[in-house]
Amino acid sequence: MNNFGWYEPKTIEQASAAMKSDGALMAGGIDLLCMLKERLIEPKRVVNLKSVSGMRTIENGKTIRIGALVTPETIEGDANLRKRATVLAEAASVVASPQIRNVGTLGGNLCQRPRCWYFRDKDVFCLKKGGDRCYSVDGSNEYHAILGGGPCFIVHPSDLAPALISLDATVKTNTRTIKIDEFFVLPEKNVHAENVLEPGEIITEVELPAEWLDAKSSYVKVRERPSFDWALTSCAVAFKMNGSKVSAARIAFGGVAPIPWRSKEAEEELVGKEISESTARTAGRAAMADALPLADNPYKVELAVNTLVMAALQAVQ
Amino acid sequence: MAQRQPEWANPATSKYLGKNIPRVDGPAKVSGAAKYTFDIVLPGMLYAKIVRSPIPSGTLKSIDFSEAKAMKGVRAIIEDLGRNARFAGQEIAAIAADTEEIARDAVHAVKMEWETSPHISSTQQGLTDPSRTRVGREVNRGEDPASFWNSAAAVIEGEYYVPVREHLCLESHGVVARWDNADNVTVWCSTQAVHDAAGEIAGNLGIPKSNVTLICEYMGGGFGSKFSAGIEGAVAARLAKMTGKPVKLMLERYEEQVASGNGPDAYMKCKAAIGSDGKLLAIDAQLAGTSGFGGGWGLPFPYIYSVPNVRVKSTSVSVNAGGARALRAPMHPQACFLMESVVDELAVKANLDPLEVRKANTDSDVRRRQFDLGAQMINWLKRSKGKGEGRYRRGIGCATGTWGGGGGRGSVCTVKIGKDGSVWVGIGTQDLGTGTRTYVAAIVAEELGIDIKKVKAEIGSSKLGLSGGSGGSTTAASVSPAVKMAAFQARTRLSELAANQMGITAAEAVFKDGFVSNADGTKKVTFERLCSALPAGGLEEVGTFNPDLQAGGAAGVQFVEVEVDTWTGLVKPIKVVAVQDCGYWLNKLATESQLIGGVIQGLSMALLEDRKIDERTGRQLNPNMETYKPIGSVEIPEIVPVLFATHDKVTGIGEPACIPTAAAVANAVFDATGVRIRRLPITPKRYFDAVEGRR
Ligand SMILES: Cc1cc2nc3c(=O)[nH]c(=O)nc-3n(C[C@H](O)[C@H](O)[C@H](O)COP(=O)(O)OP(=O)(O)OC[C@H]3O[C@@H](n4cnc5c(N)ncnc54)[C@H](O)[C@@H]3O)c2cc1C
Repeated sequence: MNNFGWYEPKTIEQASAAMKSDGALMAGGIDLLCMLKERLIEPKRVVNLKSVSGMRTIENGKTIRIGALVTPETIEGDANLRKRATVLAEAASVVASPQIRNVGTLGGNLCQRPRCWYFRDKDVFCLKKGGDRCYSVDGSNEYHAILGGGPCFIVHPSDLAPALISLDATVKTNTRTIKIDEFFVLPEKNVHAENVLEPGEIITEVELPAEWLDAKSSYVKVRERPSFDWALTSCAVAFKMNGSKVSAARIAFGGVAPIPWRSKEAEEELVGKEISESTARTAGRAAMADALPLADNPYKVELAVNTLVMAALQAVQ
Repeated sequence: MAQRQPEWANPATSKYLGKNIPRVDGPAKVSGAAKYTFDIVLPGMLYAKIVRSPIPSGTLKSIDFSEAKAMKGVRAIIEDLGRNARFAGQEIAAIAADTEEIARDAVHAVKMEWETSPHISSTQQGLTDPSRTRVGREVNRGEDPASFWNSAAAVIEGEYYVPVREHLCLESHGVVARWDNADNVTVWCSTQAVHDAAGEIAGNLGIPKSNVTLICEYMGGGFGSKFSAGIEGAVAARLAKMTGKPVKLMLERYEEQVASGNGPDAYMKCKAAIGSDGKLLAIDAQLAGTSGFGGGWGLPFPYIYSVPNVRVKSTSVSVNAGGARALRAPMHPQACFLMESVVDELAVKANLDPLEVRKANTDSDVRRRQFDLGAQMINWLKRSKGKGEGRYRRGIGCATGTWGGGGGRGSVCTVKIGKDGSVWVGIGTQDLGTGTRTYVAAIVAEELGIDIKKVKAEIGSSKLGLSGGSGGSTTAASVSPAVKMAAFQARTRLSELAANQMGITAAEAVFKDGFVSNADGTKKVTFERLCSALPAGGLEEVGTFNPDLQAGGAAGVQFVEVEVDTWTGLVKPIKVVAVQDCGYWLNKLATESQLIGGVIQGLSMALLEDRKIDERTGRQLNPNMETYKPIGSVEIPEIVPVLFATHDKVTGIGEPACIPTAAAVANAVFDATGVRIRRLPITPKRYFDAVEGRR
């Protein structure tokens, strides 16, 4: 990594101003340090968000408000979240490894950069880094996108993001409130970033609206190496029930697209139905109807269908 | 009374040998007291880093060190390590600086301009380019296999692949070099061949080997990749000479994975036939693989089973990738996967029991008995025969491997016993992690009837007696006879002393529990008391190899039970039974852990490991342990090591247990699901590709 200065702001405003001039914001530092060590970024200063007070609690009321600095470990263990936002607690429990869950943060998890092996190689100048081609599209793409890809084919790496989409969360920053559905951007809109945050914009908390709390929800993640790995595919589901039937559904996939992929097709399939292996499978197929796999990843289509089936069955179990 | 003969202690009456001996250096390792090369920090020490080619193939047009040279703290640069890139990561130059960070920054500041030339990233790609291929080993035996395709009970045809795998030593390759004066250098080196590495460093520097002190007290894994001090050793010694300061050079994880060796891949196109009597009839195989840019490639194939009619053609492919090095049982796990997949497929297609087919085609009675024992332990009868149903499906598979494991001459061990009763044993071998130091101490303690804690065992220095590299599972079988002989001779001399001092006969002297006594125990003194009668200089005995104490021949079979989740394609190992021909095990605990470790490496090969080089850029896509995925502790199932003694001599078993596992897993996946996976590793992608008919 390059030599950099260290800045400890006391307020969000100071942190934001430093980011706008020459600083890179660091929360847990799990991803930021990867980026620094690989020289993918070479900031003049690192701005330590942890020197700002607050943003560390989970407020359980009509809504649930989770501070940006709360760790996946805390989310996983929070009794209210386990009960009222099961999908999020489950997602937190399968993030990375225990060590990373102890240090990473909610804000950092949502803003972490992609793990595409071309992006992460400093000597490969890909589209996302300002180059003129995506190396994955006709390269080694078994871990890449089957939906929403182009011109770049990363998959969004966060496990918490699909869960938050299924709960219709809102992201609060120092300047505004953003619906989670509008937070992430596809590469066709902006190939250089994965979300809509402006320079100097900092997530302060994420709010779970009352409407989707206490829904039947679940998160399932399929990993090549089950003990510690990124998602090949994952699926977050939340169902509001009317008796044994689904009255409203929110469903989002991880590991399949450059953003956590909400599937309205799957949601519509399930509304008015009971959850069974067969209804869930039909919904999964609807979700994947438009999938355009690359040479190495057609396997993800069936896998994603099955991931939805597993998540749906687990949610209503 | 006949001369006492050296023989290994009977575990029924022994104190240590043949039993579970906790490692003598275990506490030092877990407390951090054990110093690895990685831990060595010397006053005034500099840190070195290597400048590497970013491209896989080309010639350096220009290289500019001016910015690096101008950096504060940069002390020396070797500018001429290489000018041609054969792989992305090739050594081009090296820089020593005051801190590791400065050295890294300096490497980053070096500007290179390259004239690129075409590169090849994989065996498959290289096969189409005649300039990249070389004819390798051929086998022509019996009739033309084609004459059996019509008459056989079953014929199978397919393409198989085992990818390149890496060693993943937890301690990376590296050295610390310090010139003690103008002529003598001390080198700490993470190596599995202390004496050979010392000789190599001496050769590079043009000084006698006796001027090099090479130290490797502890090392964090080698797996075959650390026989040499390598470029790192040469570079650090040179930089130390240039600067007059000690220099440390440890590879970074990225370098470790691209440039410190790997185990070759194996590609096979094969057609094979079996008779209705279960005898293999014919096999026609085209094999190919790569050892990197240079170097030949070859496999022992057909593996183990006798096949009367064989045509094998091999092609060695030159690929722009880091060079191969021996990797635990070099080429055997690959050969085993190819052969055992074919045998399994043939048996299934001919409606025969795959176990009976294996037994019918091996000449080894030991192996047949191992098959029977393993089959009983895993309950072979409960297998699914490819007809499992439901989401989770269980299946059982098996495979067999072979290995040498005998020892060789060239080890020299010294035992010294002081007048104060102190016991020291030294031999210039190394502990690759297999427990060498522990059995060196235990052999002496057993022989002299004293507590193992009273034996000071020293290994890991080229100033100690000669011993070979730890390769081919030869260490125990080479080292233990020399240690035994030194201890045996020392005891013989102490027996004579006891005869003199205690009025007993030398032949009846019993050494036990810290005492020396006559046969019935009526005359008894402490070990220390007897030693006090030694002359002022104590006694010293030098032992060398004794072929009667060791033997080779390490057959092993494994049975694996897996559960396949057909919704995810994930294969979960449930149980592995590893039956291994072990001869005499010096330390039961360490022997079993070698089998367990071998199986774990085999499971990792079966399910996860796959070095990937990008076709367009020629750069490794997964040069880290995030995307090159070794198996984790959570994935490891019940492993039952079965020590199968066929004789009472010491046999090396560090390698063979990693051979059959991957093949047995693939066969178990078939048994569970009826899906044959011919390409490792068996990931969800491979599973769905096979189910959905993609290649
Ligand atoms: C080996 C490995 C495996 C992993 N596996 C998984 C996995 O399976 N699932 C998963 O979900 N994640 C995984 N992660 C990612 C990990 O969970 C995230 O990196 C971590 O949660 C990021 O949190 P952090 O606080 O450390 O972020 P940092 O590293 O501090 O920051 C990451 C990025 O977010 C920005 N940022 C941080 N906080 C804020 C904020 N409040 N507002 C605006 N921007 C902000 C930073 O500027 C930076 O760009 C893995 C990471 C590693 C290294």
